[in-house]
Amino acid sequence: MKQIVIQPVTRIEGSAKITIQLDDQGNVADTRVSVVELRGFERFCVGRPVEEMPRITSRICGVCPWSHHLASAKACDAVFGVEPPPAGRKLRDLANSIAYMEEHILHFYFLAGADFVMGPDADYSVRNVIGIVGKLPEVAKQVVRVRHMCARMLEILSGKAIHPVAAVPGGYSKPLTEDEKKKLQEMANEALELAKFSIDYAKKNIFPNYLDAVKTLGVIKTGFLGTVDADGALNLYDGKLRMMTADGQYEEFAPADYLDYIAEDVEPWSYAKFPYNKKWGQFSMDLDNPVGIYRVNTLARINVCDKMATPLAQKELEEFRSNFGRPAQLTLLYHWARLIELLYNAEHVVELLNDPQITSTETRLPVTPRAARGVGCVEAPRGTLFHDYTTDEKGLLTAVNLLVATVQNNAPINMSVKRAATDLIKNGVYDQALLNMVEMAIRAYDPCLSCASHSLDGRLAVKIDIQNASGETVDTLTT
Amino acid sequence: MVRVAEEWFAICGGCEVSILDIGEPLLDLLPKLEFVHIPVLMDHKYYGQTGEKTTLEIPEADVGIISGSIRNEENKQLAEEMRKKCKTIIALGSCANFGGIPALANMYTVDQIFDTVYRETKSTDPADNPTVDIPPFTDRVYALSEVIKVDVSLPGCPPVPEWIAEALTSLLEGKTFSLPERSVCDDCPVIREKKAVTKLIRPLQDAEFTPGRYDNMRCIMEQGILCQGPATKAGCGGTEKTPRCIRAYMPCRGCFGPIRAGANPMVDMMGALSSIGLDPREIEDRMATFNRFIGVVGRLRPLPAR
Repeated sequence: MKQIVIQPVTRIEGSAKITIQLDDQGNVADTRVSVVELRGFERFCVGRPVEEMPRITSRICGVCPWSHHLASAKACDAVFGVEPPPAGRKLRDLANSIAYMEEHILHFYFLAGADFVMGPDADYSVRNVIGIVGKLPEVAKQVVRVRHMCARMLEILSGKAIHPVAAVPGGYSKPLTEDEKKKLQEMANEALELAKFSIDYAKKNIFPNYLDAVKTLGVIKTGFLGTVDADGALNLYDGKLRMMTADGQYEEFAPADYLDYIAEDVEPWSYAKFPYNKKWGQFSMDLDNPVGIYRVNTLARINVCDKMATPLAQKELEEFRSNFGRPAQLTLLYHWARLIELLYNAEHVVELLNDPQITSTETRLPVTPRAARGVGCVEAPRGTLFHDYTTDEKGLLTAVNLLVATVQNNAPINMSVKRAATDLIKNGVYDQALLNMVEMAIRAYDPCLSCASHSLDGRLAVKIDIQNASGETVDTLTT
Repeated sequence: MVRVAEEWFAICGGCEVSILDIGEPLLDLLPKLEFVHIPVLMDHKYYGQTGEKTTLEIPEADVGIISGSIRNEENKQLAEEMRKKCKTIIALGSCANFGGIPALANMYTVDQIFDTVYRETKSTDPADNPTVDIPPFTDRVYALSEVIKVDVSLPGCPPVPEWIAEALTSLLEGKTFSLPERSVCDDCPVIREKKAVTKLIRPLQDAEFTPGRYDNMRCIMEQGILCQGPATKAGCGGTEKTPRCIRAYMPCRGCFGPIRAGANPMVDMMGALSSIGLDPREIEDRMATFNRFIGVVGRLRPLPAR
């Protein structure tokens, strides 16, 4: 028996390690992907004023802060019982899509891309974005510029790009001026060009060279979860949830009902938990007979949606489906799906900036504290994201429950790594290139492990007032 | 070529994205830097490239950049290894410098956090705490400087790309770098009359402002909305100066940390509020609000059990 530890897993967000156990013949007996970090947001957010949550929970993740910021603002809307005015909603939607562009570019080029551009077996010193800068300098320059430009777009739109503040209970704090809109439109057109270039480049130069890997690396069979609008089109800001089985059947439900479907398993070797669909049975990650397993993130979203709401992305989806069917299960297709989503977001940003309502100054409604529970749900780039808040009559949090995107891919990631390692490591033969390919099975999921390991809580708070004989409260005990 | 190592502890990744947000000047800096270890971007491993070694190793470097606060024993071990191997240590971001948002956990015990996460949540199948092959928690969250000597401090949540670039360029030229000891108010363009117009109100509605302008807006705190600018270090606006949150017509919440070493933001804020006629006792959740990003060195502690 031999143990191989790959630590840290690199070119992902957050901290994890892979442990591979080989039997006496040198074949894979077991694998684990352990998340080694945890911070405890749901515990330390209890007691905070709920309106501060969009600014506190954004810090779950500095790569997808907008996702938390928006899910939190939506949960606040629900707690306060208000719907933002149309311009407030559209500004949030616009910020979401710009953030998506930035993140999908970041993942494809800065994190995962090196495996494909430099080769999975390249020396580690060049198998990274710095290597890409050396090999494809013009492309790299363009990519660095446009990704940064998306961050600048978010600054123009919201004052602060990372750990934003502009999405507030009841709407959006900063109306968009005509001048700002014109600046953004120029930048949006440039981003759209890079989005079109990216999927064309990948379809010509990357995917065809890796078809064997696509067909086999980390391939598993699971269900899928994503969000669609009333017409069944993909929607990343708002809509109804679709939970699809591996065979393509689906059920729809409202985000507020997520607890009817999703439960979380705990394993002793990871700080991150393992969400599963409890309606499908008792959780199992067995590769031949998985139970309760569903995936989120780009591949899941394009599987569950009927169509894309923008024309170029829709064409790409049709081409994808003609090649791979629906639902597509091959893990490396996450990268292809990511580029389709990049294109959708780029088109959506252009369309929102052309909407006359986007410069309206009615972006926010005032709110009043009350005792209530509210669930806010958005599609984060890495998966469906739920913020579930309960407040007392002063609007202070008594319970917080967060089901965060990547954590729903925790079991699938473990299964894909087991599949990849089992297929690649035979008779004790392995090298750094092979181990990197095992990691590629993780990178396809673009995991955000700071998100996955926030901690998950739905704690019920109890408050006991101790009253004297006259009915006056003399002390209060809380859990 | 300056050798650079980068590590991250109880992080969110925002500091690393801020390095990328240096933008095109980064392409000029890159040729002068040789990254020897930076998990987010490069595949250098702790135990050898095939996991063949038994002791954790980070290569020697001239500059070590560390983001994130210390939350578990492995973070502590890595901090010590970085200090050993790097000549200059930069604490990047408010977590590394002051604990950051994760230090809000210092209001609870480690047992309480684990009880919530693995047993009390609505959706969790209750279980024992995971402990197999994963690093145990430290008793509380620590800032980097509580565990190792730090040479350069770049606060902010996230830090400002311009200042990161300047700090790196200074180091390449053999100079030190530090941010001036001024408050956010010193860079804030709003109108101040040193008097609040109303009593304290929570930020549940807009402040009064003209979209696109900041110069004709009354100070947010004087409009009755708590703003922690007076107790927070200046710099978040970069060379453009206008503080980032103010640009969205939202109040400051102190992400750049205290104005200088040894400052007491809680006391500074109580003073700032009283001096314009606002009563700090009316602030909900005062302790956690004034210490939101800086809950180390005892500023935030577990509440006494009742």
